[in-house]
Amino acid sequence: MADGTKKQKRTSTYLINGVLILICFLWLLPTLGVFVTSFRQSQDIFNSGWWAIFPHKEDIEIDRFKLDDSADVDGVMEVEGTQATFEELREGIELEDGRKLTWYGNKRTREIVVTERRWVGFSTDLTLKNYQDVLTGKDIKFTDGSGNEIVKRGNNLGDAFLNSIAVTIPATVIPILIAAFAAFGFSWLKFPGRDILFTLIVAVLVVPLQISLVPILQDYTQMDLNGTFLGIWLAHTGFGLPLATYLLFNYISSLPKELLEAAYIDGASNFTILTKLIIPLSVPALASFAIFQFLWVWNDYLVSLVFLGEKTRVVTYALASIVGEKGQDWHLLTAGAFVSMILPMLVFFLLQRYFVRGMMAGSVKG
Amino acid sequence: MKASNTSNSDQSWYSRLISSTIGKIVFSFVVLLITYFVLQQGYLFLRDSEAPQIVVVLVAIVWGVGGIAGLFFITNWVIEMLPGEVGRRLQPFIFIGPAIALIAWYLVVPVFRTFVLSLKGPLGMDWIGTGIGMLENYRFVFTDRIMLEAFRNNLLWMVFGTSLSVSFGLLIAVLADRSNFEKIYKAIIFMPMAISFVGAGVIWKFMYTYKGAGVGIQEIGLLNAIVLALGGQSQPWLNIPPWNNFFLIAIMVWLQTGYAMVVFSSAIKGIPEELLEAARIDGANEFQVFFRITIPYIKGTLITVATTIVIFSLKLFDIVRVMTGGNNGTNVIANEFYLQRFTYGNTGRASAIAIILLVAVIPVVVSNVRQLNKDRRRF
Repeated sequence: MADGTKKQKRTSTYLINGVLILICFLWLLPTLGVFVTSFRQSQDIFNSGWWAIFPHKEDIEIDRFKLDDSADVDGVMEVEGTQATFEELREGIELEDGRKLTWYGNKRTREIVVTERRWVGFSTDLTLKNYQDVLTGKDIKFTDGSGNEIVKRGNNLGDAFLNSIAVTIPATVIPILIAAFAAFGFSWLKFPGRDILFTLIVAVLVVPLQISLVPILQDYTQMDLNGTFLGIWLAHTGFGLPLATYLLFNYISSLPKELLEAAYIDGASNFTILTKLIIPLSVPALASFAIFQFLWVWNDYLVSLVFLGEKTRVVTYALASIVGEKGQDWHLLTAGAFVSMILPMLVFFLLQRYFVRGMMAGSVKG
Repeated sequence: MKASNTSNSDQSWYSRLISSTIGKIVFSFVVLLITYFVLQQGYLFLRDSEAPQIVVVLVAIVWGVGGIAGLFFITNWVIEMLPGEVGRRLQPFIFIGPAIALIAWYLVVPVFRTFVLSLKGPLGMDWIGTGIGMLENYRFVFTDRIMLEAFRNNLLWMVFGTSLSVSFGLLIAVLADRSNFEKIYKAIIFMPMAISFVGAGVIWKFMYTYKGAGVGIQEIGLLNAIVLALGGQSQPWLNIPPWNNFFLIAIMVWLQTGYAMVVFSSAIKGIPEELLEAARIDGANEFQVFFRITIPYIKGTLITVATTIVIFSLKLFDIVRVMTGGNNGTNVIANEFYLQRFTYGNTGRASAIAIILLVAVIPVVVSNVRQLNKDRRRF
């Protein structure tokens, strides 16, 4: 009996792992497709699915000839030893030796293509050109599905990438600093109105930011802040602060009281205690929020669309405009998507623990 | 002798100035002015400079990060120079002041300003009507055909997006808990959380892409290729209402399942092992254990996760904007907000839509504040 349950347990483990592997495969498939496509030649992308780079059997043309005038295109013709009508040839006829005959074009062409099923996909023709093309702002040339050369303006994703960095780093550091000060104030200093102000912060945690866009845009127009780095930093700071303050408050207020009292007795000022004691002790909480805010700002589309727009293009904006302008140029779209994903992916794989914590804590943000 | 005397009196003159209250105030004022000047120069450089991109970016980072740190340092220094009692009273407000001011400017005051704008006309200047006519924008929101379609679609997103993300998340969390490579499985499912909605939009647009019927045309979109291989007809998936909504919802499920899974996974690990063992010894099978113990035990977490994803689907914008632009019957509230404000230039209607979004999350706001008060009593 013990043997039986063990066996049962083993089959259920196989089953569980099998189901999970299937789900994970499905989850990875869309990203894999884009990843593979971003390295393929533009012409290949138009003519075959990305899975064609894996070894598979395909009809390969080995010969092509014209029927002579004696063949009756409206009746039964004799081709390569078989009898067939135009319609049958149009569909394609398999010969016994594995070759396949297919009529090319309409009746008047009288052209037959001979193909054979062969294994292909062992030698892959990959390229980095798509990435070059999408990063540059100069004119780019590529070939479309029918082999025509096409010239278009590049989307300058390189500059957009730099802009994203200039937006994201300060928009992550500024709210953390402000929130650390506020969280310290709320947890260890006494002042009138403390509870009401903190309740206010908790109340606006989930407020949708659409509520702010119209009035803040009016302010920005008056203050000439549209399209400036300062404007977008302040916006992301304002929208991120409730969450940052709340998370850091939870952490800082749980630090042992004795630690702070000892520091006060030593005559340290509040400022020194915060910068020398509290902030170093709160690194795990700071890191979680930092990663959440970094990804939120990097991946944000709405806020940068409204406050930065065309003047200072960030990667999400630039990628969205490639979708708009070059919706069928998959070699550019896929490479662009990967350029926009590379930094968050790196953060994900290098700092997974903090990443997961930050994303879990931050999911309530409005 | 004389020289040393002068320098001595110089020093005392300087230190006397610094230590006198007026001197302190003047001195701090000068420091603040210099700080302001430096920051303003940085701002002007960033706005107008024609320098190479990389220089601008570096200056921006240094200016932004250094500026905020410097501001705090200098303000605190000024406060600490103030005479004892006043300084001590003011200091807490230096600590919380910037946060409160920014939250007030960006989130609290806009609630009222947006409400006022929602009663005004397209340009935000004059009241849109008198008496009940003041609510004209709200009448539009609840009667316009496109708005009603957006409401219906948001309902689809909330119901199907949430239930699918939660069920997939729960299923994967439970299975991964008993598997051999839990970490790898979870990392793969969680990975889409790192991808922007715009990026996810491109990824899935490629999945759904459609070339059309014709001789020698090969579908390059995976979904159409699969359908063709199974003997079906390729379809322009994003153009067939109302099903296109579900193809968009699939993207959200792909993105949000990871979040649900991670939260559920840690909740499941909190269930005492003895409880599960006891149930199994009493002869409960795995399904009974799941429905009678696991689910009731993590009920609170289930509700939190579901609420979070519901709010998320309520505000959903990027996916629809990038994939369809809201055409072909896929419009959602947040996209219509954007269209009203930025495409049709009607701030009144846009504000009314924003207020509707706010009203929809009020129950969550109330429950958050209640929870906070409960926690406070426990301290």
